[in-house]
Amino acid sequence: MSHSTLTRRTIIGATAGLLAPAGRVVAAETTLLNVSYDPTRELYREINPAFGTVWREKTGQGITINQSHDGSGAQARAVLDGLQADVVTLALAADIDALARRGLVAMDWQQRLPDNSAPYTSTIVFLVRAGNPKGVRDWPDLLKPDVAVITPNPKTSGGARWNFLAAQAWAERQPGATEASAEDFMRRLLHQVPVLDTGARGATNSFVQRGLGDVLLAWENEAWLARQEFGSDACQIVYPSLSILAEPPVSVVDRVVDKKGTRAAATAYLEFLYTRQAQTIIARHYYRPRDPEVMGQYAERYPALKMVTIQDFGGWDIAQARYFADGGLFDRIFTPGQ
Amino acid sequence: MRLRTSRSALPGFALTLGITLAWLSLIVVLPLALLVLRPWTLGVAGVWHSIAEPRVLAALRLSFGAAVLAAAVNVPFGLLVAWVMVRYRFPGRNLADSLIDMPLALPTAVAGIALTALFAPKGWIGMLLTPLGIKVAYTPLGILVALVFVGLPFVVRTLEPVLMDLPLEAEEVAATLGATRAQTLRRVVLPALMPALLAGFAAALARGIGEYGSVIFIAGNMPMISEIAPLLIVIRLEQLDYAGAAALALVMLLASFAILLLLNLLQWRMGRRAS
Repeated sequence: MSHSTLTRRTIIGATAGLLAPAGRVVAAETTLLNVSYDPTRELYREINPAFGTVWREKTGQGITINQSHDGSGAQARAVLDGLQADVVTLALAADIDALARRGLVAMDWQQRLPDNSAPYTSTIVFLVRAGNPKGVRDWPDLLKPDVAVITPNPKTSGGARWNFLAAQAWAERQPGATEASAEDFMRRLLHQVPVLDTGARGATNSFVQRGLGDVLLAWENEAWLARQEFGSDACQIVYPSLSILAEPPVSVVDRVVDKKGTRAAATAYLEFLYTRQAQTIIARHYYRPRDPEVMGQYAERYPALKMVTIQDFGGWDIAQARYFADGGLFDRIFTPGQ
Repeated sequence: MRLRTSRSALPGFALTLGITLAWLSLIVVLPLALLVLRPWTLGVAGVWHSIAEPRVLAALRLSFGAAVLAAAVNVPFGLLVAWVMVRYRFPGRNLADSLIDMPLALPTAVAGIALTALFAPKGWIGMLLTPLGIKVAYTPLGILVALVFVGLPFVVRTLEPVLMDLPLEAEEVAATLGATRAQTLRRVVLPALMPALLAGFAAALARGIGEYGSVIFIAGNMPMISEIAPLLIVIRLEQLDYAGAAALALVMLLASFAILLLLNLLQWRMGRRAS
């Protein structure tokens, strides 16, 4: 959340990285830093050793991958401010675009890997209390007077921006919808929100541990994780009639890998994410894999769902300016007299 | 015979002053100077515009208002705690004494999460307050609770040494001259403590204005209602609006500086009057 926790974590991570090889007798081990967003902690904790084994078999060299997690925007800023990330695996393309605009990442980064450089996808779902006591089935149910909705602040949380866009997409597609009617829906929706946490994990904690609110708008993987952690007698997942295909992208940070000489390893690490082995790990952590066969194996986890994409909003640049930048819709909703 | 200037207690006055100034410049003045210089890439109108937004003004009002209130709550209760610690010996006193410093040592995020767990509608205290219609967590009241928590040691620790120096005889003389307890307190004890009370108030206030870690967990962070100014600074940073963040930081810096200067002047005048 704050930069200081990040630094502390980074230092702990770096220290662990320094200490780990001391036990073994391996000379000149490569170390990569993967700077990621909040809910991928568990995923990369499993991916990293798997890649380590593959890399050792291929090159005979050991590799250590340190991971750092925080809100996606905060992480992008940390990399901009000099955090030496070999790869970034963030919540939305806009955050890597910001790095590209400042020369840390090649402008064509999104074309360098398959599937828009997003090796896994997710979507936005509702997490409700067990038995769904408020009868929440779709977006309009969120406006019922006695329903409190938990979502983090889209200014600080990538997940919250996907939440916002999913709701906006639904509102825009109602019969007779206009820009004004969609804005009105968003305004009423956000007035059902009692707390704006700064990150997705914070919002999950508010909902599950503090018992706050009736519906949590969450990443699908975060919702499944919460259900697994706290049991189906605590909460259940509701799929709305329409949601958004969230594509969390990955990229090598060109300026860092060229300086450190880690381009080959960093690229291999990201390409590994597309292999059958990694895709299976991805599915086990409730992200939607790109590999159709792996997707088939876990199909019962991923109900077919009508989804829009960020392209339906004209891409991140436009969406960002319209909804989340200073003076955008989110600001207007919370500023009186506008 | 050579004339001697009055000797300073510090050996090598020029050297120590030099080191002091260099150190202060490096640790305090340089970062603050950067902060003062940073916002102007926006232009004067841009800086004004980025500060005069209703949401920014609401956040500033909340941050300064809650900090003043919290410091005001901490002064009487801090005085009570300091008084008991200095004047009485009781079992567990050492333990209680170390507890006072806990808010200083505890990572503020931990304090924030603990307070939220306690005051949330399902928490131990929140459970009792909710039926009464009192909401603490996720409201401005929650911010006040967090600031009272982090500010307490500043008042207690500022008052303790002064209380220790306060001669018991003065109170006894007041009593023998027929003063009631209330009179002794009002006419003898409190005036002597006044500068220290102000100093404690100022320290708690300064801490409260800038507090971030504990507050964001309990505040609810709703724009216009429970969004503190430091959070707005973080939000601007995350949008890579460094100049806008610095503009807001500059306003907080200037306002804090003015308040602290005023309190220091007041304290200085009182100290002079007392002696």
